[in-house]
Amino acid sequence: MLAFIAKRLAIAVPTLLLLVVFSFLLMHAAPGGPFTSERGLPPAVLANLNAKYGLDQPMWRQMTTYVWGIVSHFDFGPSFIYKDRTVNEIIAQGFPVTLTYGSISFVVAVLTGVGLGVSAAIWHNSWLDYLAVGISIGAQVLPNFVMAPILVLVFTLWLGWLPGGGWEGGQWQYVIMPVVALSTSFMASIARITRSSMLEVMNSNHIRTAKAKGLPMRKVILRHALKPAMLPVVSYLGPAFVTMITGSVVVDMYFSTGGIGKAFVDSALNRDYAVMMGVTILVGTLTVLFNLLVDVLYAWIDPKIRY
Amino acid sequence: MVIDSTRMKSLADRLAVDEVKGRSLWADARKRFLKNKAAVGGLIVLLLVLVFAAFGGTIAQYSNEELDFSIMGQIAEKGGPSLANGHYFGTDDLGRDLFARTVQGTQISLAVGIVGSAIAVLVGTFYGAFAGYVGGRTDNIMMRTVDILMSIPYMFVLILLLVVFGRSIIMLFVGIGLISWLDMSRIVRGQTLSLKHKEFIEAAEATGVSRLIIIRRHIVPNLLGVVAVYATLLVPLMILTESFISFLGLGVQEPLTSWGALISEGSGTLNYGTYWQLAFPLFFFVITLFAFFFVGDGLRDALDPKDR
Repeated sequence: MLAFIAKRLAIAVPTLLLLVVFSFLLMHAAPGGPFTSERGLPPAVLANLNAKYGLDQPMWRQMTTYVWGIVSHFDFGPSFIYKDRTVNEIIAQGFPVTLTYGSISFVVAVLTGVGLGVSAAIWHNSWLDYLAVGISIGAQVLPNFVMAPILVLVFTLWLGWLPGGGWEGGQWQYVIMPVVALSTSFMASIARITRSSMLEVMNSNHIRTAKAKGLPMRKVILRHALKPAMLPVVSYLGPAFVTMITGSVVVDMYFSTGGIGKAFVDSALNRDYAVMMGVTILVGTLTVLFNLLVDVLYAWIDPKIRY
Repeated sequence: MVIDSTRMKSLADRLAVDEVKGRSLWADARKRFLKNKAAVGGLIVLLLVLVFAAFGGTIAQYSNEELDFSIMGQIAEKGGPSLANGHYFGTDDLGRDLFARTVQGTQISLAVGIVGSAIAVLVGTFYGAFAGYVGGRTDNIMMRTVDILMSIPYMFVLILLLVVFGRSIIMLFVGIGLISWLDMSRIVRGQTLSLKHKEFIEAAEATGVSRLIIIRRHIVPNLLGVVAVYATLLVPLMILTESFISFLGLGVQEPLTSWGALISEGSGTLNYGTYWQLAFPLFFFVITLFAFFFVGDGLRDALDPKDR
């Protein structure tokens, strides 16, 4: 098992380095420096600014300083636009929010998706099955940026039940719509995957044996069917995580929840490269770690994998 | 020995009749596809959307840039869809004709989807076929690269690209093309591995055909079914990606527009009661995605007989 994790880490580390180097090079390929403005600063001021941010150093030195700052004490350096704030502060402000509604959405999507998929497979060709299939097909074309305006239209403007945005420290009425908007399409995908893999498992030999020896249906499903049926779902969780973290950008923008997505888009519009890179690298790290977790989980569930 | 000429003639006649025409794989597939009602419906919807994108501009009473000053400032009261003043879909928040804007958005979104998918087909097919056919260490390195690229949160990198190099439609194509081929190459590689040891490949190798020609002449044509299915399913994903970026206001720039940008504008003005500004772009977006998914599923059923 340890060797397996080490092998995965051997891929994860170059991935992250590649991401850091790539975004660093991109940032430097951008035309104009971060302090180029229409008014134009006096050369002395510009030289001082460049010295403060280390921009007068040769590029490889800048890059090693940047990478070393991240590796040694998780420091993404100062923001280029907000002179008194560091990238860490900006991220630290938004990250707990994103983490809160992100993890709730993830749990909601997995639980409802698996529940819907399993019940659709057990009562195959019943009304429940058709409902589940209908929902999962429908939700395929309802990504977060379509769900968000529809939810606001219905629950805020027409019914007036929920506030149309804001976070307010994460009170429940502010959390509901972001979670629903973010989790719907994943819930649908997970339900579809679970249903088809569960159907396949339910027709396999070991389930027939379990039924034949007289186990009650509940036990057959919980003890024998669920675990092998979860394999495709688990391998979907990695990509789902990436798409979900991307979707959080839309949620932050539309519901003004103030997570890291907001910091990212604001910095993209302001050309605050330092913040953009910081968020990109943070998200990349999370993704890589999560994929590692998924791989380990997969290896643990699937008896066929020997490491 | 007397030859029975009449019987001989009838034998000759029978031999002259054409053989019963064999049905090719594609004819079979077409038949199966046409039986699938959802897929045919999807295809019809797609054709209608294409016609809308191609000829909608000639029906529009206004250009997509023109501001209607008689409506400006009273969008919520006067800007709704109406046949009388020629704004079939109403106007947007600035008084521009939403019909013309939707036509333009449809063109751009479809173009992005199709170009992204085409890049995936070209690059992904050859990359995957090459890696799979050559195998060994080359395959290992090539597929590890794909693994690494896939675990990068591409949307963030794409936005980074768009911000750094300026937001243009070309950059959008490049950015989307950079990531779209990854999945395709994996699927193609898997298929290639299963084709690699078939007899006809062995025969080609035995007669001394070079590797590249084997890939081009023998492997790739046999992959077309899978590639066609996946390319169809990829178009809506590319449209989704583009719409996502445009929704954030980081995609195509005015005066160009796309479904994502229109949905974003429409959802921003919901508070004023101008529901049509969201409804029309959203309608086209949703039906097109549905249609692509149904056609893709239909193609998969038609071209992959074992998967039923």
